[in-house]
Amino acid sequence: MGNETLSDGDRRDFLIKLTSVVGGAGVAATCVPFVASMNPSSDVLAKAETEVDLTDIPAGGMRTVAWQGKPVFILRRTPEEIQAAQSSNGIIDPEPDSKRVQKPEWLVVIGVCTHMGCVPNKEGPGWTCHCHGSQYDDSGRVVRGPAPHNLEVPPYHFVAENKIVIGKA
Amino acid sequence: MAHRIINWIDHRFPLSSFVKHELTGYPTPRNLSYWWNFGFLAGFVLVLQVATGIFLAMHYKADIAMSFDSIQHIMRDVNYGWLLRYMHAVGASAFFFVIFVHMARTLYYGSFRAPRELMWWTGQVLLLMLMATAFMGYLLPWGQMSFWGATVITNLFRATPFIGDQVVVWLRGDYMVGDATLTRFFALHYLFPFLIIGAVVIHLVALHTVKSSNPSGINLADKDNIPFHPYFTIKDLYGLGLFLIVYSVFVFFIPDSLIEPANNIPANPMQTPNHIVPEWYFLPFYAILRSVPNLVGGVVAMALSVMIFAFMPFLDRSRIPGGAHYRPIYKLQFYLFLLDMLVLGYVGYVPPTSQTLIIGQIATLCYFGSFFLVPFISKAEERWLMKRGLPLEVKELIEKESHDKEMRKRKPLRRKEGTV
Repeated sequence: MGNETLSDGDRRDFLIKLTSVVGGAGVAATCVPFVASMNPSSDVLAKAETEVDLTDIPAGGMRTVAWQGKPVFILRRTPEEIQAAQSSNGIIDPEPDSKRVQKPEWLVVIGVCTHMGCVPNKEGPGWTCHCHGSQYDDSGRVVRGPAPHNLEVPPYHFVAENKIVIGKA
Repeated sequence: MAHRIINWIDHRFPLSSFVKHELTGYPTPRNLSYWWNFGFLAGFVLVLQVATGIFLAMHYKADIAMSFDSIQHIMRDVNYGWLLRYMHAVGASAFFFVIFVHMARTLYYGSFRAPRELMWWTGQVLLLMLMATAFMGYLLPWGQMSFWGATVITNLFRATPFIGDQVVVWLRGDYMVGDATLTRFFALHYLFPFLIIGAVVIHLVALHTVKSSNPSGINLADKDNIPFHPYFTIKDLYGLGLFLIVYSVFVFFIPDSLIEPANNIPANPMQTPNHIVPEWYFLPFYAILRSVPNLVGGVVAMALSVMIFAFMPFLDRSRIPGGAHYRPIYKLQFYLFLLDMLVLGYVGYVPPTSQTLIIGQIATLCYFGSFFLVPFISKAEERWLMKRGLPLEVKELIEKESHDKEMRKRKPLRRKEGTV
């Protein structure tokens, strides 16, 4: 290697840039496992689905089950409640009742207020959130703010006449 | 013998000169009032929190099945565990109180102005780290308030564009605040104080470069500076005595006054308490969050409400030396701002009704408005004060400062010409 190559400024600049880029890429790649380790672990992912037996819920009764650690409200609606829910589309976030249920008798919604994440209480027809006063009807649609959206419907499907699996549509 | 040991060290490490220049002989303005005690007090509380925290960690268990009971174990079974825990819990509030006074003093006396901008900004970073540490520490007892406070605050990261939901799950390590969240909050709650100590060192290096400000707002001549020891060691210690009296009243007589009763109920992810409130030191910012009816807007407003202090060196355009003491309009603005903070704190504490919502929104507007008006008001105030007539010395000082500024601007230019 002659003296000319050693004093070649362009060559030196190129090598410095290349080394910096490769080194930077290495540092970035090393960060991946650290960042990924903070995502849900396998045992947390394993509880991503919950199977619920509906047989012992009476008409008009509600049960709260845990899915991914979140409360899910399962409401067995009476014919009157179904009629009331179908007669309107909600006010703040309009959506027909038929889009929110698979069978009109069963309403399945995530029991987390869409405002700040509190759990609403079942009071009279629908739910009331005590944190900031939001109200939901028997279809889980918001009828009084400050909540901006209806209660979320989780992905679920019926595996039998009276059994659902929450977590997969 | 001691002399010989110190000589031996000095030969290898600048011990004596460091102690002389930065500690005992450190030149300090002789007119500092007791408002200048709060930086030292903040450092003291930091040491207190680290010390009590390390000993609490020897008995605490960061597992959702055990954490709530391990607090009871500390309170009932561990020797003096009750004292360590109350010192740590009260210490968190004391920390924020001392920092808020420290910040208020800086604002009142204009200590954030040149050349102390970096002091103000490193302080701003310290405030953010303190808030993060306090927030994560609050989850550790795993009570109802701990759980729902962490739920609401981690939920705020849903405002992140595009990947909001993934960010929330990543922060929690679970779909809800759970065991993964508790364990990582404990790890980070242990780490952050040491980062804070590092940032404090930077804060102090900056301080020892620009030296302390003082109530006159004028950089004093050397003859008006006195050595830190014994004058200010004793003044700081006297202030510490007063502080410790108040601190002890809280620790020994009313330790529960700052702990929400609902936090004595173990966390229940299926049931939200009827009224969620953050700790008192977050109330004004929480009120701003709630005053904006939109989630993203609320989060942005809250973040801005904390960060906006950093802009003060740019916003305050007055050249009148000294703080609010010599600036009547700025002084009025300062007290109105404090009042606004109290109103926001109240609004953040009470359950929201349509009435408090409106008060909160007005107070939020006043909060940001007072910052946005600072450039115009400070300039108008300067013109008014100059028209009214300033003492000759002050006029000379302003002229000298603008002259120096001009010279600093020209200097690098001239150097460039020289090299060409």
